Amino acid sequence: MDTFTYLTRRVLQALVVILIVTVVVFCLLHALPGGPARGILGPQATAQQIAAFNHEQGLDRSLPVQYLYYLRTLLQGDLGTSYTLNEGVFQLIEQRLPKTLVLTVLSALVGLLLAIPLGMWQAVRRNRPVDYVITTLSFVAYATPVYFLGLVLVLVFTQWLDWFPSQAPQGETLADVFAQPGALVLPVVAGAASMVAVFSRYMRAATLENLQEDYVRTARAGGSRPRAILWRHVFRNSLTPVVAMLGYYVPVLFGGALVVEQLFNYPGMGLLFWSAAQSSDYPVLLGCVLVISVATVVGTLLADVVQRIIDPRVKAGRT
Amino acid sequence: MSAVLQTEAATRELATGYRLSVRRFARNRLAVAGLLVVVLFLLFCFVGPLVYSTDQTHTDLTQVNLAPSGSHWLGTDAVGHDELGRLMFGGKVSLLVGLAAGLLATVIGTLWGAVAGYAGGWVDAVMMRVVDAGIAIPALFILLVVSAITTPDSLGLILILGFVSWLVPSRLVRAETLTLKSRDYVLTLRAIGGTHGRAIFRHILPNSVSTIVVAATFQVADAILLVAYVSYLGLGVQPPSTDWGGMLSAGLTAAYSGRWWLIVPPGLAIILVVCAFNAVGDGLRDAFDVKGRA
Repeated sequence: MDTFTYLTRRVLQALVVILIVTVVVFCLLHALPGGPARGILGPQATAQQIAAFNHEQGLDRSLPVQYLYYLRTLLQGDLGTSYTLNEGVFQLIEQRLPKTLVLTVLSALVGLLLAIPLGMWQAVRRNRPVDYVITTLSFVAYATPVYFLGLVLVLVFTQWLDWFPSQAPQGETLADVFAQPGALVLPVVAGAASMVAVFSRYMRAATLENLQEDYVRTARAGGSRPRAILWRHVFRNSLTPVVAMLGYYVPVLFGGALVVEQLFNYPGMGLLFWSAAQSSDYPVLLGCVLVISVATVVGTLLADVVQRIIDPRVKAGRT
Repeated sequence: MSAVLQTEAATRELATGYRLSVRRFARNRLAVAGLLVVVLFLLFCFVGPLVYSTDQTHTDLTQVNLAPSGSHWLGTDAVGHDELGRLMFGGKVSLLVGLAAGLLATVIGTLWGAVAGYAGGWVDAVMMRVVDAGIAIPALFILLVVSAITTPDSLGLILILGFVSWLVPSRLVRAETLTLKSRDYVLTLRAIGGTHGRAIFRHILPNSVSTIVVAATFQVADAILLVAYVSYLGLGVQPPSTDWGGMLSAGLTAAYSGRWWLIVPPGLAIILVVCAFNAVGDGLRDAFDVKGRA
């Protein structure tokens, strides 16, 4: 398959996936007590008001017709209006999303920068004490609920050592966030922990696989130093599939951000979602779900495409 | 006749295959330790209350916030429940919901993946795009939306968790089905008029058992974690019932004022059990030599 056909097919698939996501969100919207009318008019609306609204908005028509209307409003960038914050959902997300992105991107970077060398170290020292220790630690890190880890971090680094504040950076703009780097440390560490666990496992497996390849044996026989083989060949070849996993990891990162933001009171999209859940602010809830799902689909698409471009083996269909 | 002989030989081969796997599993110390931890926790939560009986329904305001001592080994919480007894009481919910939800997810995922892989063509394409869409929506977000609509009991929680986490097993089983459906015995069955259902249930699924078992183990580990998250967000089982996640979130503020015994035991219990299930899953995967999570 040439690259153009592949790209077209992959983009079409992604569009279909996004369409299915909108169907799911649409169904959730209609599963709400009172339906979308309740969502827009608020919990205090009377039955008459709801009926009038339903007729006015075409909500008494058949579901497929309504779905098409729903899609049209989405395409116009209209995600509805929050009924507790009295603001458009789109505008709310626009304000909060950059902060969540800062948190998730930093966590992902810290996570990868730790996980990749750790995984390679484990692979090189396979079945030695170092390997066992890191494996055990990554099992524990994976199994620790983020909020428990965050709590322990606050107890140790705020209450006991008093190194970092227990609250994430506050303020409206991104500049405010970066002005308080110390306050970012604990949230980023809490967000990165499970990522280190998962990606060091991937990197270990990928490195082990590559170490058994013929090219490594050939290079060894040719007299290359082990360190050079590891970094020049094995590292590059193991890195691609691992980085590609990042695309699939986007939903996990957002899930983690949800908890981290709530725990450290960081005013991003996760906290927006969390408070919306507390007040049953359905337009905000579903708007966030939609935005995050689209971000994930795009992330996966990019991961696949990038992997195909930089790894010739994927193109040949070998992996 | 020769077909019968072949089947017998295959069965025997399969049996020795499994015996080999058991032996390989038994040699994996981490996996055996994991299995032991799981068994110990099951005993602790389900047999423990018979030996160490405590009142977990009524509050006792004369016994609140006691530090660990001879009469309350792990102290008491803010309403006077004995913390060790509560660990057993909450563990029952965590383990039951986690196990049931993990298994439900595996069953749904297995059927979905097997049908998609077996049918192929556009049915497969549509079914797998649904899986992609499901994976794109973070489970935690869907759980919060659903919980904002209704407050589930244990059974509801199992159903919801099962229905949001079947996606990964469905991908694994589909991949397995794709390789199995072109095997000679499946083709032969179809040629002599066997039904699709028979092909899936008598041949493809039994031959994917190792993949399914491994996926189920990881699924249970993830479900136990997910239950802990749902309870932390305040949307899990409601008082007077509780689970480890609920105990943790109830103890959050207490921890800041030094009452560590309210959060360390449930936190460690979650970590230990999830680690144990993952270790067993790792061991099974290596023993069966199947592909799964890295």
